Amino acid sequence: MSATIVSLPDQSSARIPKVNYITKENGILSWLLTGDHKRIAILYLISLSFFFFIGGALAGLIRLELLTPQTDLMATDTYNKVFTMHGVIMIFFFLVPSVPATLGNFLIPLMIGAKDLALPKINLLSWYLYMAGGILAIYTMATGGVDTGWTFTTPLSTHYVNTNVLTTGLAAFIAGFSSIFTGLNFIVTIHKMRAPGMTWFRLPLFVWAHYAASILMVLATPVVAIAIVLIALERTIGIGVFDPTKGGDPLLFQHLFWFYSHPAVYIMILPGMGVISETISTFSRKRVFGYTAVAFSSVAIAIFGFFVWAHHMFIMGISNYAVLVFSLLTMLVAVPSAIKIFNWTFTLYKGSITFETPMLYTFGFMGLFTIGGLTGVFLGTSGTDIHLTETYFIVAHFHFVMVGGMLMAFLAGIHFWWPKMTGRMYPEKISQLAAVITFIGFNFTFFPQFILGTLGMPRRYASYPPEFQILNVFSTAGATILGVGYLLPVLYLTWSLKYGAIAGNNPWQATGLEWQTQSPPLTENFVVMPIMDHEAYDYEWLERQKEIEVTHAG
Amino acid sequence: MSEQVQHGEHEHHIVSPKVYVIVFFALLVGTAATVWASYVDLGLWNPIIALAIACTKATLVVLFFMHVKYSTKLTKLTVAAGIFMFLTLVSMTLADYISRAWGNW
Amino acid sequence: MPDSTQIAHGASADAHSEHPPYLRHHFESTEQQADAAGFAMWLFLLTEVMFFGGLFTAYLIYRNWYYPAFVAASHQLNVFWGTLNTVVLISSSFTMAMGVWCAETRRKSGLVLCLILTFIMGLGFLGIKSIEYREKIEKHHVPGFHYSMQSFLDPASDPEVFKEYHDKPLAPDMAVHTELYFSLYFLMTGMHALHMIIGIGILGFMIYRAQVGAYTSGHTTFVMNFGLYWHFVDIIWIYLFALLYLISRHQ
Repeated sequence: MSATIVSLPDQSSARIPKVNYITKENGILSWLLTGDHKRIAILYLISLSFFFFIGGALAGLIRLELLTPQTDLMATDTYNKVFTMHGVIMIFFFLVPSVPATLGNFLIPLMIGAKDLALPKINLLSWYLYMAGGILAIYTMATGGVDTGWTFTTPLSTHYVNTNVLTTGLAAFIAGFSSIFTGLNFIVTIHKMRAPGMTWFRLPLFVWAHYAASILMVLATPVVAIAIVLIALERTIGIGVFDPTKGGDPLLFQHLFWFYSHPAVYIMILPGMGVISETISTFSRKRVFGYTAVAFSSVAIAIFGFFVWAHHMFIMGISNYAVLVFSLLTMLVAVPSAIKIFNWTFTLYKGSITFETPMLYTFGFMGLFTIGGLTGVFLGTSGTDIHLTETYFIVAHFHFVMVGGMLMAFLAGIHFWWPKMTGRMYPEKISQLAAVITFIGFNFTFFPQFILGTLGMPRRYASYPPEFQILNVFSTAGATILGVGYLLPVLYLTWSLKYGAIAGNNPWQATGLEWQTQSPPLTENFVVMPIMDHEAYDYEWLERQKEIEVTHAG
Repeated sequence: MSEQVQHGEHEHHIVSPKVYVIVFFALLVGTAATVWASYVDLGLWNPIIALAIACTKATLVVLFFMHVKYSTKLTKLTVAAGIFMFLTLVSMTLADYISRAWGNW
Repeated sequence: MPDSTQIAHGASADAHSEHPPYLRHHFESTEQQADAAGFAMWLFLLTEVMFFGGLFTAYLIYRNWYYPAFVAASHQLNVFWGTLNTVVLISSSFTMAMGVWCAETRRKSGLVLCLILTFIMGLGFLGIKSIEYREKIEKHHVPGFHYSMQSFLDPASDPEVFKEYHDKPLAPDMAVHTELYFSLYFLMTGMHALHMIIGIGILGFMIYRAQVGAYTSGHTTFVMNFGLYWHFVDIIWIYLFALLYLISRHQ
């Protein structure tokens, strides 16, 4: 497989364009007070990576503890705090903002032919809120942590623990506003700032995916905000809204919490699916099969995703009728996701496939997300869910979709657009190696957990019956491999900033407006406003363009 | 008194004070009506009437004070989406609570 | 990198009055900018709808579960003050809408007057609210702060309310749930009042800016979008008034 579509300019004479968004202004304040969506994206990328590794370290601690059946590495209470913070940080401070805040921020204006997002100051505020929430989360960890699980289930979180529920809740609350502002910005930008000729159905599917995710961000996040406010008041004043002794219902919290947290998983995965649409098209040299179906399925996932939240509550005490209705609706929500997988597969059929790093991550996504998604159907079926819920089956399910799916898509996107963001190519061989290591490590880590769950090992337990040890050891070994796979990109991507090959405008010979500008782009993205006169993923148009000489400014 | 300048998609329609005055009085009448109705014991119908009047008043505020009647389709769709999502949250959650009383099948 | 399919375009090419100082560079025209700002404001209001939505859900659920307690507790609310507040808020919405009209038709002193009236009525609303809250505090009806069920165990001990409603005494295990009613009452009206306070603060800022003509020279976006916020707060109150004060006056 030595075929590659990479087409770099002649390295002896190529230079990074002198004027670009990075060199435009110097000094730390020009970054901290920027309105440029691309600089904000880079700020997010750096801070996200930081939080990812903290969350990852916590994961390492979990897996280390679970090497042995007894609680010998840390006390049970400490273990509870470790997995709680792992969840809180990974979900609120990594997965939810990952693709939207980095790639979405960077690319959406470029892809639609705009000079920036509609509300640059709100964009910057969004990053500051994210940082404030994140720092508060770290502070929480340093001052004793919280041990309720990231789900803050009542009445445990309101009446039975003395840990930092309030500060963690506040951190999540603040991060929620960050998310709302990002989504709000995207919706306004996509509606109001598309270039002439850029109709809805000429948009890259990446933009459609972010549009759908943004609707979820705006409509769902406020509900978890009020849930957190209620927890705070319950803990401080004792208003009784979740307290059975005062007539309150702990399940009310769960309804409000999951009303957001289920759409949250779609907030997390939809942007990743947007990345996959781009990479699968580029590395098959083919238009995405069934563009309209993929576009509409993104919106369908967003809409249906609002109607299924109580499938996280099947055993919690909701009525049987609610179980029935939510289970049926959950079957529906799987359909648009499946449509996407089918369409991406049909995109591959008769395409000219090459295996650069983004494509390796894409293949990993396709397989692992399919497994994760199918196991979601087992869990949506209330009969099987009763046995599988609160076991490692759930843990495996969501790690397959979030890590095997979302994180792989994030890495695919980072690698795919790295040349556009930095002007430099990452080193191909080591990155392919890292992708393979990640895939192997992932499967070793999380596949055994499906088995553990079916065998009955409960989640969130520091100790377990000795017969489960061998699978846990497998899982921890896999986690070590996975860790290596995630560390390598940090190293070689940083290396590439100085030593990577000069990428030029369009190293992937991809369609899309972002590839028609210089790498890295100008601060104002386009010297003249582009006029969109061709369909998305139009590889014939690209062939015709090759005859026209492309020059950059500066 | 209302100037109408159509500028492509964007609405420049300036709503006239006459409209505002009429809506204002309608809202006051609605307030009086709902308070009066609450003094009469109509059993089941009290909450229904109160909510119906509240919805009417809210609709007047949205359409005229907030200019939605004169706004683009997008604005109308946005308002509708918000109302729909609110109703989904309330009704589906309430459905659980109400159906708990129905027992196990 | 001009492409053969690209044509030079853009408001920045125009040198005349089409490029006012408040036009941000990433927008092609003031229409686009105003459009985008208005749309963004609506989306923000949607988040507020969902935020209050959680509270309304809680209220409806518990009213369904503890109907007698909620009815008895709601009789503690004074319909006169509630109605007065409703009239004040509706009037302030009217003056705010008039203010927007003044901004659009460049009537500076009219705008300032309307904003000042809205401001005063906003304060009036809060004043009335504080009268109501004070009464609750005096009667020990604040959850978590020496809450007392006395008025519900023995309604005759509360002569004002008893005269109007003649409620029957509640059994203690139902009377306990009146505290939940007041929790939701303070939560919902308190959250609403918080939004009023923020709005009044912004109004103060706007009055100052309106005086120097910031909103009456063609750039009305801020006033219009604040108007949307203020009307939204009014709508929340319309529903709170109905749900808290009016629907449970009879058993």
